[in-house]
Amino acid sequence: MGMRRVAIVGAGMTKFVRRAQETGKELAFEAAKMALDSCELTLKDVDCVSLGTAPDAFDGVHMKGEYLSDGAGGWRKPVMRPYVGGGTGVFNAIHGWFHVASGLFDVCLVVAEEKMSSCYPHPAGAFLTIFDHTTEQPLKPNLIWIFALEMRRYMETYGISHKDIALVSVKNKKNAMDNPCAQIPEEITVEDVLNSEVLADPVHRLDISPTTDGAAALVLVSEHLAKKITDKPVWLDGVGWNVDTAYWATRDLSYPKYVEKAARMAYDMAGIKEPSKEIQVAEPYDPFDYKELHHMEGLQLCGKGEAPRLIAEGVTARDGNLPTCPSGGLLGVGNPIAASGAMKICEIFWQLRGEAGKRQVPGKPKVGLAQAWGDLMQVGTVVVMRV
Amino acid sequence: MNEKVAIVGVGCTNFRSTTPDLSYRELTYEAATKAYEEAGVDPRKDIDSFVSTAEDFFEGYSIADEYCPDQLGAVLKPVNTISGDFLQSLITAYMQILTGRFNIVVVQAMSKASNMTTLKELELFAFDPVFNRPLSENPHFVAGLEMNRYLYDTKITREQCAKVVVKNKLNALNNPYAGHGAKITVEDVLNSEIISYPLTRLDISPSSDGAVVMVLASEDAAKKLSDKPIWIKGVGWCSDTFSLESRDWAQPISTEIAAEMAYKMAKIGNPRKEIDVVELSDIYSYKELQHLEALKFCGKGEAGKMINDGITKIGGEIPVNPSGGNLGVGNLYECSGAQKTLEVVLQLRGEAGKRQIKNANIGLAHSWRGVPTTSSAIAILSN
Repeated sequence: MGMRRVAIVGAGMTKFVRRAQETGKELAFEAAKMALDSCELTLKDVDCVSLGTAPDAFDGVHMKGEYLSDGAGGWRKPVMRPYVGGGTGVFNAIHGWFHVASGLFDVCLVVAEEKMSSCYPHPAGAFLTIFDHTTEQPLKPNLIWIFALEMRRYMETYGISHKDIALVSVKNKKNAMDNPCAQIPEEITVEDVLNSEVLADPVHRLDISPTTDGAAALVLVSEHLAKKITDKPVWLDGVGWNVDTAYWATRDLSYPKYVEKAARMAYDMAGIKEPSKEIQVAEPYDPFDYKELHHMEGLQLCGKGEAPRLIAEGVTARDGNLPTCPSGGLLGVGNPIAASGAMKICEIFWQLRGEAGKRQVPGKPKVGLAQAWGDLMQVGTVVVMRV
Repeated sequence: MNEKVAIVGVGCTNFRSTTPDLSYRELTYEAATKAYEEAGVDPRKDIDSFVSTAEDFFEGYSIADEYCPDQLGAVLKPVNTISGDFLQSLITAYMQILTGRFNIVVVQAMSKASNMTTLKELELFAFDPVFNRPLSENPHFVAGLEMNRYLYDTKITREQCAKVVVKNKLNALNNPYAGHGAKITVEDVLNSEIISYPLTRLDISPSSDGAVVMVLASEDAAKKLSDKPIWIKGVGWCSDTFSLESRDWAQPISTEIAAEMAYKMAKIGNPRKEIDVVELSDIYSYKELQHLEALKFCGKGEAGKMINDGITKIGGEIPVNPSGGNLGVGNLYECSGAQKTLEVVLQLRGEAGKRQIKNANIGLAHSWRGVPTTSSAIAILSN
């Protein structure tokens, strides 16, 4: 028997800012309302809600999914909170896909929210407790240190320089200048990145995405409804996710195998044979500049160690053959953890519908990809979208 | 697409008030190995997807899902966590199989409540940070208020609530997994100290440790893996408002709505006649009565008569919480729905030992996520 095809018919996102006046509930409400308004549906049409949000420690609210549920439109509806750390934003849409593809529901509202600013003095503090309490927490590690290890390993394995990597930050922050929701759009140079302060060598301040408050939402519907609601449904044709061991210190950090497995799962479902040729626009996860390159390799968009060449040659520029992060990515738009993955799906939705305004990539792309990543450098979540 | 989904393997640990000899990972490992053995599956080869259950503050980690894959044998596999009750995870696995992309999916939940040395303070973090958290030092006050309102509205008495405790703790004596079985009297319950009037200490389920893992399969796979597949006939879940200010204090609306969904899916018109065994949330004694009404086993205010007449005891017309429920087995937090589903599976297979209910063919498992939430989930199972 065939599968039930699922379409995205609406998308919305709030502005991404360092410190929102709105509560987390209000951010979720705003994004959900924008997504529903964009396809002329109301809460009455919504059968169920999937709510994505990352660590409870950001808000300091235990069972945060319960706290946010009514703001996200879940009042007196089936509402659930899937959770795969930083990969949640994209997995949340995959969870929405289960709801509709299973045949249980026709309309699923997918809402992702993050309010990091309430974690005072800095949300990095919330990450101190993500490490193993016996083997790692006594070392008092922070998140930037472990990514510094991964970045260093990636550079050493393939002979990549910091200069090669800094190009990603330059590209994405520039792309963000055309994004009205962006938090830190900027025109910077490779030198600016290299000269910004060192946080944990080789990671400099401008290699990293900022901390952000924001929300993004999507409306997923079944095939028969999609065609009634819009002339331009965007099909969620492939989904994949994968989680590696929690013992990150024992694995090869030069290559994200879990991203490869998630991607292959999504490609297999979407019938993609040659991703580097068939994917026309991509939003790989870029919380750090090296991660965009690392993920392009995991996503099979190029060979191992080849991603720096693609960005150097302009292939991944907005007018290149394989534009990556045309939204401005997390480096430019901001990184409200769960909401940033959802933002990437929103961007591909708008790109495939030709509605991305100044950010529109040329050539009327038909196939796009969004990806997120998280936990202890451990989880990959991927969706393949088509018009 | 797959049309039908069955539970083909279950595994659990004992449910005990403390487990100093086992880490939370070992608890899950023990339950998982039993479930895999029962279903005859190798997690590294045969399983298409894994769904775990975790809440950050309960586990003591931020991003607690990081620590889910290893002990399940799920490294480098599709794994996702649900921050909710096990029944919500079970529903996620059920939906995954219905899509047709997955044939065998594993579901896990675990409670290591004995690790939570500041449980009361921790639970307060679930309250609205601005409006409610400053109000109280004891999260049970919400249940006390709710119980008061329920008794006032329905004329159900504290004695009838106490009878629930007596029944469930007695049932638990016949459940080798249960850690809080006891032979007590209504007076014992009424005379134990008041925690938040009218709730006494014995009206409240004690915290417990434990883990449950289940293997779910599509119809084709289920028939190969199990002689006694237990079929999922219907599911429902719902959250009412989180706000204490605007909720309905007398009725668990989310359970009513979730039941409506599950009954419709399972084509159940008269639950009292059609369902043979019920495991529902009794984190507090009055909750069993309130949930019986919301699940339409009787009319509003009639649950007190059910417990008076012995209708809900083992051997009664509709046995409720034969495992001992939360009151007799313990409050397992996210794993509560798992223990309830497990009991229904064992009853429908005829493997419930001394507490076996005769001719049990259709069962209902229900969970509520505890104070201050209004989230419920339901699964209806058949053999």
